[in-house]
Amino acid sequence: MRDVYSLLTGPLLGISLLVFFGGMAWRIFWYIKGLDWRLERVAYRPYMKRGLKGAVQSIWRWLVPYGTHSWRQHPFFAGAFFLFHLGAIFVPLFLAGHMVIMERQLGFSLPALPQIVSDVLTLGTIAAGGFIIARRLALPEVRILTTLYDYFILCLSLAPFVTGFLAAANAPGYDFWLLLHILCGELFLILAPFTKLSHIALFFMSRGQLGMDYAIKRGGEFRGTSFPW
Amino acid sequence: MPQGTLCNRQPITTEEALKTLLADKGGAIYYQEMKELDVDTDLLWDTVQKTCKSRTRTWLEICAHCGMCADSCLFYRCSGRDPEQVPAYKIQSTLGEIVKRKGRVDNAFMRRAMDYAWGRCTCCNRCGTFCPHGIDMGVMFSYLRGLLYSQGFVPWEMKIGAGMHRVYKAQMDVTSEDFVDTCEWMAEETEEEWPGLCIPVDEENAEVMYTLNAREPKHYPEDLAQAAILFHLAGVKWTVPSEGWEQTSLSMFAGDWEACRQQVTHVFDAIERLNPQLVIGTECGHAHRGTVIEGPYWAGRPDGKAPRPYIHYVQWLAQMLREGRIRIDPAKKIKEPCTLQDSCNYVRNHGLANYTREIMSYIAEDYREMAPNRENNYCCGGGGGLNGIGRYRKERNKVLMTKRDQILATGASLVIAPCHNCWDAIRDLEEEYHIGIKWSFLKPLIISMAIVPDHLKPQDGDDE
Ligand code: HEM
Ligand code: SF4
Ligand code: SF4
Repeated sequence: MRDVYSLLTGPLLGISLLVFFGGMAWRIFWYIKGLDWRLERVAYRPYMKRGLKGAVQSIWRWLVPYGTHSWRQHPFFAGAFFLFHLGAIFVPLFLAGHMVIMERQLGFSLPALPQIVSDVLTLGTIAAGGFIIARRLALPEVRILTTLYDYFILCLSLAPFVTGFLAAANAPGYDFWLLLHILCGELFLILAPFTKLSHIALFFMSRGQLGMDYAIKRGGEFRGTSFPW
Repeated sequence: MPQGTLCNRQPITTEEALKTLLADKGGAIYYQEMKELDVDTDLLWDTVQKTCKSRTRTWLEICAHCGMCADSCLFYRCSGRDPEQVPAYKIQSTLGEIVKRKGRVDNAFMRRAMDYAWGRCTCCNRCGTFCPHGIDMGVMFSYLRGLLYSQGFVPWEMKIGAGMHRVYKAQMDVTSEDFVDTCEWMAEETEEEWPGLCIPVDEENAEVMYTLNAREPKHYPEDLAQAAILFHLAGVKWTVPSEGWEQTSLSMFAGDWEACRQQVTHVFDAIERLNPQLVIGTECGHAHRGTVIEGPYWAGRPDGKAPRPYIHYVQWLAQMLREGRIRIDPAKKIKEPCTLQDSCNYVRNHGLANYTREIMSYIAEDYREMAPNRENNYCCGGGGGLNGIGRYRKERNKVLMTKRDQILATGASLVIAPCHNCWDAIRDLEEEYHIGIKWSFLKPLIISMAIVPDHLKPQDGDDE
């Protein structure tokens, strides 16, 4: 047990993180390299400053809960989306338990969330994930788009939270849940760059590009304000 | 299976081929042949590999399948929320499949893709502003149109339209001589009432060069006369080029990128030749898109700009009214409730919403906004070429309902539509649904309200 644990939180964790960060960097690199001012018909270079401003505004507005028309027009889904992502991003980064491992492996760590906060965020993510799954099944306009792959991605995302929560709650079979949690987390990290989870990085590229497009070609110089997302 | 005589991968490049295709009424034989048309899957995949780069591939890959784009689309709204009208579904099941299957698709697939690309999307780009990932399905449909065009799967009218541009350098069979004749004829007719008015052709170094939509000289020559009157009123030294006057681009709707390049090059050549200080385009949305917004890129200009400042008619009018170069008689302002159609092409996609509103503030007493409006406005229902495609007339008439309901909700009896496609769509929606509205471009309204300075009026005894 101790050996498996050290293996999982030692070399395997290192490899997973390497694949995750390396993979994401690689995705970003290829995204930018694949941009083509002629094909997209956006003069990125001559208007870089205005473009980047548009990119930042486009990203920012969409990261603010209910910050856009579209979020406001879908209040329940927006709620679920932000609840889901709040936990999905903050819990893994700032969980006290993770900080212990980080301290041990790297010699430093980030400030840790109080346990109660990470518990609530985790439950929020799981509940919102449940809502998102139910919505996929219930709404015809979402059902028609949904593939098995979407459920796989949702499960892959939720698994570390469910198993982690069970372990943290000292559920029967603690060791099993803990090891499974670490495995699921590492699987997530390793697969993310090669699946739709690459959106963790590519969201910023895609949103940013459309923001540049609108700022550079589609009216940025006449609108007077940023695009009213 | 072979290439058809009418329906094939070859673009129309000769007058003869154009006439033969036109003679096939409604494209009866053309669409019959399309059922047999083979797909060059190697060419298709080769094209995709060369032109489908990281932006489009990322869009297709990371789409969360969340459906937030569904009710942004007028086709979805007007079909009783048909899931097959969700923008993400429409693009994933067409372009998405082509990419996934590495181009190995068959004839039936391509015909369905055509029906989706032209019959279920007007390339209004509204959905893209509702997607959290910034996935612009309008842009992708336009790209898909290009792929379909290159394989010959394109609606009959679009094939003809692109052919017109290649053969006549205009979307209709208006030659340079026809155009110059129309200018002379209109100048003569108008001069009786407006002494001193002229339509100068090919004047170099003018203040303004004016470009138009071929429909104007062909079907609505009075629009050209009205443009002349307003330039005359404002005291602008202007000109039209005898070649390169056509600003529209049906080839953009058809996905014929080479024809797009040719068309915009004619206009830019005219600009270089005549060297005006400013270029002004007529009240048309897609002409502005094709020549001012996208055109510079087709022409290969790295700054994304035309060779001279190039503005939309509403920008010019707003300036003339603001500076008092055209003055409105307060007694003649529009009294009845009126509203304004925001063209997707120059409002959502070029940010000109403030200019039209400024104009309304000078000319209308009871101006009412549609909801939603500005960048968020719905397409009129006739954009992207849909107005002109017989095969999708039923679909088009159905999606006019969105605009109908928007107009009805304002209570306006006059709809101002400074865009040819919107103007047509609103005319057709009145024909289809009889809601008792009038519709108009800006030019005739402004002329009817303008104060004419004495020195521009016909002198007594000048005429009978
Ligand atoms: C900065 C980081 C992230 C950003 C900006 C981001 C953004 C987004 C956006 C814009 C969407 C599309 C929303 C929609 O469903 O319509 C999305 C979906 C999704 N994200 Fe993220 N995300 C991030 C991190 C994560 C992480 C860490 C996870 C996993 C734990 C995750 C899992 C998911 C899942 C599963 C979906 C699909 C939801 C569904 O099925 O509808 N995301 N994300
Ligand atoms: S809103 Fe965007 S991410 Fe969601 S289904 Fe539509 S295109 Fe895909
Ligand atoms: S571009 Fe407009 S018409 Fe086309 S799918 Fe999007 S919202 Fe619908």
